[in-house]
Amino acid sequence: MRRVRQFAWLLLALVVLASLGAGLWAPADYAMQFRETPNSPPSHQHLLGTDELGRDRFSRVLYGTRVSLLMAPAAALLSTLLATLVGGIAGYLGGWWERAAMGATDLFLSMPWLFLLLAVRAMLPLNIAPITSVAVTFLLLGLLGWAASARVLCAGVRGLRDSDFVLQARASGLRGPRLLAIHVLPNLKPVLLAQFWISIPVFIISEANLGILGLGVSEPLPSWGSLLRELESFTSFGFEAWKLAPLVLLVLVVSSFQIILSRDEVYA
Amino acid sequence: MKRRAVRPIQMSCSHSIVMLSECGPLLPARVEAPLPSGRLSSRGPSTRAPKLALSEIEGAGALAQDDNTGRNNFCRTALVLGLFLLFSLAALAQSGGELKFYLHSDPKTFDPLAVADDASETIRYLTGGVLLRVNRRTQQAEPELATAWTIARDGRSITFNLREHIYYSDGSPFSAEDVAATIERLMDPALHSPTGDAFRSGSGAVRTRVDSPARITITFPAPVAGMDKLFDQVAIVSSRSANKERAALGPFYVADYKPDSYVLLKRNPNYWRHDAAGRQLPYLDSVRLGIQPNRDIEMMNFRRGEIDLINWLDSEYFDRLASQSPAVVHDAGPGLDSEQMWFNQAPNAPIAAYKRAWFRSTNFRGAVSAAINRADLSRVVYGGHAQPAAGPVSPANKFWFNAKLHAPAYDPTGALRLLQQEGFRLEGASLRDREGHAVEFSIITNAGNKARERMATMIQQDLGKIGINVHVVTLDFASLLERITESSNYEGALLGMVNTDLDPNAQMNIWLSSAENHQWNPRQKSPETAWEAEIDRLMKEQAASLEPAKRKLCFDRVQEIAVEQQPFLYLVNKNALSAVSATVANASPVVLRPQTYWNIETLSLRPQIASKH
Repeated sequence: MRRVRQFAWLLLALVVLASLGAGLWAPADYAMQFRETPNSPPSHQHLLGTDELGRDRFSRVLYGTRVSLLMAPAAALLSTLLATLVGGIAGYLGGWWERAAMGATDLFLSMPWLFLLLAVRAMLPLNIAPITSVAVTFLLLGLLGWAASARVLCAGVRGLRDSDFVLQARASGLRGPRLLAIHVLPNLKPVLLAQFWISIPVFIISEANLGILGLGVSEPLPSWGSLLRELESFTSFGFEAWKLAPLVLLVLVVSSFQIILSRDEVYA
Repeated sequence: MKRRAVRPIQMSCSHSIVMLSECGPLLPARVEAPLPSGRLSSRGPSTRAPKLALSEIEGAGALAQDDNTGRNNFCRTALVLGLFLLFSLAALAQSGGELKFYLHSDPKTFDPLAVADDASETIRYLTGGVLLRVNRRTQQAEPELATAWTIARDGRSITFNLREHIYYSDGSPFSAEDVAATIERLMDPALHSPTGDAFRSGSGAVRTRVDSPARITITFPAPVAGMDKLFDQVAIVSSRSANKERAALGPFYVADYKPDSYVLLKRNPNYWRHDAAGRQLPYLDSVRLGIQPNRDIEMMNFRRGEIDLINWLDSEYFDRLASQSPAVVHDAGPGLDSEQMWFNQAPNAPIAAYKRAWFRSTNFRGAVSAAINRADLSRVVYGGHAQPAAGPVSPANKFWFNAKLHAPAYDPTGALRLLQQEGFRLEGASLRDREGHAVEFSIITNAGNKARERMATMIQQDLGKIGINVHVVTLDFASLLERITESSNYEGALLGMVNTDLDPNAQMNIWLSSAENHQWNPRQKSPETAWEAEIDRLMKEQAASLEPAKRKLCFDRVQEIAVEQQPFLYLVNKNALSAVSATVANASPVVLRPQTYWNIETLSLRPQIASKH
């Protein structure tokens, strides 16, 4: 297991370094269109071939990784924090507080968010830089994605609150934030991490789908989401393995994070 | 001879064409066609007939051997058997079977007069009997239920001579009474028939006069330009049949419909048309129209041989299919549809005044047009299955296309020159206007349309080369339409125009400055520019004229003005791409809808060919 974790560290470091240094080793600008060679297979010039507009896929994957690796975890962190706040307070206080918080969560989950997103798009100016659209998109995802996690965390905190060791800690005079910090949150860590890691791929895919609403990362800036959209018609025809690069990268990165952090869970 | 009283039909005058075609010089148009020779039977030749013949002949052969009557009998039998074999092979090659393809939604109606969607249009085409049909290959009107027609000199009346001894699929007879009843219902404002709207030339009643069971005159309140071809869309419904919508005069009738699943059409046993050998058409026994909105599944099932044809194939799928089975794909050349972009020039649009000034500048629009590499759009986005567009009319429209027009050349240097004339200057990599504003604007297009998204991204790079910063914004279609048609809150747009009608009258709602779909500056009270006033005048003039040459002259000039002023920047004309299984015989896809099955009567299935493509 140790070797696997080391490999995961290595892989993650490589991916992060490669994406941060994309400007140095990307063979072409991510927006540069080599119009004579659209949809070309891998070659010396284009390691992962080119996309439908002739853009170098390897360069786009590097730059897209930078965008998604920064923004998706940030959005996942925001949503997990909000979920911890709402779910944690509700689960710890229990009673009326829990009922009110979970009622509000249910209400939040039942809201037609599609219309909110449409309204947000309508309010945004059309002339916004691609990077702004990325930030707005992931901020929205972070703000809207906490409710389901909050329910899970509430149940987790409730379980811990009623556990024997917390009862014993209370009997020892431990109260309030200190009890939360020493006994509840450390034991909640596996659940928190699970929610966090689940959120990342969900947000990446959501970002790709939000393109339909005119949100999401706008052209020509790449992201894992926009790169994954290339696979929409993949089932119909021949197998072009190099097109799967962003998907493979997504799976590898998320798996690496989970392997690295599972160590803490074991000891927790 | 039975005469029918003149009957008035109330018409509304809400259609935009109404006020534009109330007068004009008049010319007669007459098309003659021979009546089919021979008796028209109510039953078609059965595909079982050869099998019955076989049993009789086998019996005859056995008798000949038993009687041992000698060589002559043997030769006679062999000859008969040989003839039978030839006959049955020919029959097998040309008849029977079920053609399968997909509709992309359930038909909204089976009433041929109320058709307003693609699926219903398909059913109407396959089941409806029309007085005349525009031949999708020659683009000329040809006789169907009418053997001849004459348009009166005043352009308001058309007289049809009808075929006799024709029967609906349910056995009820066809006569001029049915045509009168159809027109009456078609023009009923309560029906809200889009087909009927095309005939609304002025306020007042449409009158029909039945001169005999085989002759009818229809009189409109005002002249209708291109009147005869409009009847291509009018399926004649039965005035007697209890189930009017299912009594068909076309090659098939609706036999079964299961919502979300399929529509089954069966061969009309009373269909009037025969082939050159005297065989009753259509060759097919039935057509099964599956309901399948997903194009990927449609492609997959075509490759599996579960369906026989696909209309309007995406260029990407076309190329992939072509690489595997080149014989099944068909590129019929540029279609009628075009892709174009335009700038918002509306005075009340919520955009900066300096940007509106750019968009209203002919030189600015011309420069943007010259900086777009249309050849690359055609080649990269459509894989070469599109042509750079020359103007509002595609070369596919044989009569109305202005052959003097050519697609603008890709000329970024010329574009910069035009911009300099308008006071723009390049500062580093950024273009700035006279007041120092950096030139940037957004182009909206509908999300999910890959071709348009790709074109917008390519235009973004092309314009970047002359210092213009373009933001590509993809929106869901509802939001896009809201911005374009209601709030006018956009700067540039990239969309396509679907042309189903060859006649320029169908484009009145685009070219008239007062029109809703005059996208760059709609609903003008009076034309805001001299060239828009000129287009208004020319469009009204062609609509009021019945003289094809004069109409062509007017519309040619409209096309030239559109190219000079570039209110729309025409980008490409997409090719009409389709796929037809190798099992389908006699298929000959064309650019006009319905591409692949326009000659449905003569399509047949080859039984011996493997169905895998």
